[in-house]
Amino acid sequence: MSATPLPVPGPATVAVERWDPRLTRRRLYGSIFYGACLASIIILLLTLFLILWDVLSQGLPWLDPQFVTGVPSRRPEQAGIFPALIGTIQVVVISGLLAFPVGVGAALYLAEYAGNSRVTRALRTNISNLSGVPSVIYGIFGLALFVRVFGFGFTVLSGALTLTLVILPVVIIASIEAIKAVPDAQREGAYALGASRWQMVRRAVVPAAAPGMMTGIILAMARAIGETAPLILVGAFTFVTFLPQPFEGGYTVLPIQVLDWATRPQADFHGLAAAAIIVILVLMLVLNGLAILVRARLSRHIQW
Amino acid sequence: MIAPPEEAPARAPTTLGPGPTIRIMAAEGRATAAPDEGAEPVIEMRDVSCYYGSFRAVRNVDLAIAKQRITALIGPSGCGKSTLIRTINRMNDLVPNYRTEGTVLLDGQDLFAGEVDPVAVRRRVGMVFQKPNPFPKSVWDNVAFGPKINGYKGDLNELVERSLRRAALWDDVKDKLKQSGMALSGGQQQRLCIARTIAVEPEVILMDEPCSALDPRSTLQIEELMAELKRDYTIVIVTHNMQQAARASDTTVFLTMDDDRAGYVVEQGETLEIFTNPKHQLTEDYVSGRFG
Repeated sequence: MSATPLPVPGPATVAVERWDPRLTRRRLYGSIFYGACLASIIILLLTLFLILWDVLSQGLPWLDPQFVTGVPSRRPEQAGIFPALIGTIQVVVISGLLAFPVGVGAALYLAEYAGNSRVTRALRTNISNLSGVPSVIYGIFGLALFVRVFGFGFTVLSGALTLTLVILPVVIIASIEAIKAVPDAQREGAYALGASRWQMVRRAVVPAAAPGMMTGIILAMARAIGETAPLILVGAFTFVTFLPQPFEGGYTVLPIQVLDWATRPQADFHGLAAAAIIVILVLMLVLNGLAILVRARLSRHIQW
Repeated sequence: MIAPPEEAPARAPTTLGPGPTIRIMAAEGRATAAPDEGAEPVIEMRDVSCYYGSFRAVRNVDLAIAKQRITALIGPSGCGKSTLIRTINRMNDLVPNYRTEGTVLLDGQDLFAGEVDPVAVRRRVGMVFQKPNPFPKSVWDNVAFGPKINGYKGDLNELVERSLRRAALWDDVKDKLKQSGMALSGGQQQRLCIARTIAVEPEVILMDEPCSALDPRSTLQIEELMAELKRDYTIVIVTHNMQQAARASDTTVFLTMDDDRAGYVVEQGETLEIFTNPKHQLTEDYVSGRFG
């Protein structure tokens, strides 16, 4: 085929007028942006390092087996955090176990069943807003509902239920995002094989969204470990020398123990607070590590 | 939510040259009889129109699809080919505000009758999609998915192997049944989707541009597989690739659309006839590459 030749660019002078030849400037913009990103991550790492260094240098001298297994004491050298550690584990595990099914169920309803009406959109926005509500407000609500109306008293159960409400929005939002990220082709594939809606959700959507849901629960548990304010309102004490029973009697959690020690005047207690923070960090690492292992296993077949 | 089917990006029309010189690489065992002669229709459409809300995507289609043959639906982008084949497994029912008018018969049974459950229809009418969509599960679990949800009572291992062999994939994957189905190549993924479809033993297999995401070699493999599968199954394929329709199908249906974008059937007949001796000018223009 004798096609007409491609138009040849005009003389160099014309090209200079029409096209910006300054490639160096474009490259410079790229370098500036790269530098800005690098600076951001350095600021972050530096902050993190300073916090860790501060905590470790103050806390490590106090961290010994006796500190982990002991109970609080007025004498710093005898003080331990075992009740708070057990209280934290109980509260966080119970609230995680409650928030996961409820959160995933709510997310499945909103993202998979409810359609995209104005009502569901408004609902989704409101749930996002809920995650920004100061957690102390959940504490007031928990005090009124769980402690008083339901009569659970100042127990681990009340604390865990209150924290469940605090972390539910996080779980729901992350799960909705995970469900929406599942390609429609997966749903069609399941339907085309004769799946009912429930089978499609159960066997196509949930397995594909599970890793994202796990990410949500990881974030939620991390938040739950650190919560202090709502638990003060639903009766976590500051000085507990006994192990908590989930459904009766008092309890405390690590952040409250830290708060108590950190606000005392004696320097030794500040060291104890730092040591307790180390324990919180380790606990968080262990829980997140477990969740990440589960997530890796759930996502081993997913590649999109 | 399931969105309405997307048409694949239109390919540049393949120029086939003037009618009589078209090379038709006939699929093996092509019936030489005229379309309606002797071939018993599995699917019959009578005055079928499809609507998305108030938009009419397909109008007044009368169609008979013969048993154990390959029927190709061709036509320009947006003429409703995908919408039309999705009436056969009621896939479009999942699209909000969609409705079908007219009658679609499968073995004489009205698929849109009140008592018919679309879930039951879809086991009998399988579907392979434009982009391979294996589940993020192992190869074995991908094939076992359909049998499991449909309460298959036989030996699953045997069924999985048989389906993979049938889809000409067994030799490729027999050592990686536990690996992710998504780790396979594009062509293998599409054959996995075909294996998954035939594992539930459907009567009809719908293929909605099954090769548009594949390279020519994988495309050829799929076409060979189709020729093999038509001994047991009735195959309906939507394709943008006219050469594919010409070489792989027995019957061709040409659709186009009105100014209001409602698609309709212009002509249907033996593939050879449609490509070499079309009755309508529109068909002639399309298959010769002058339009579309």
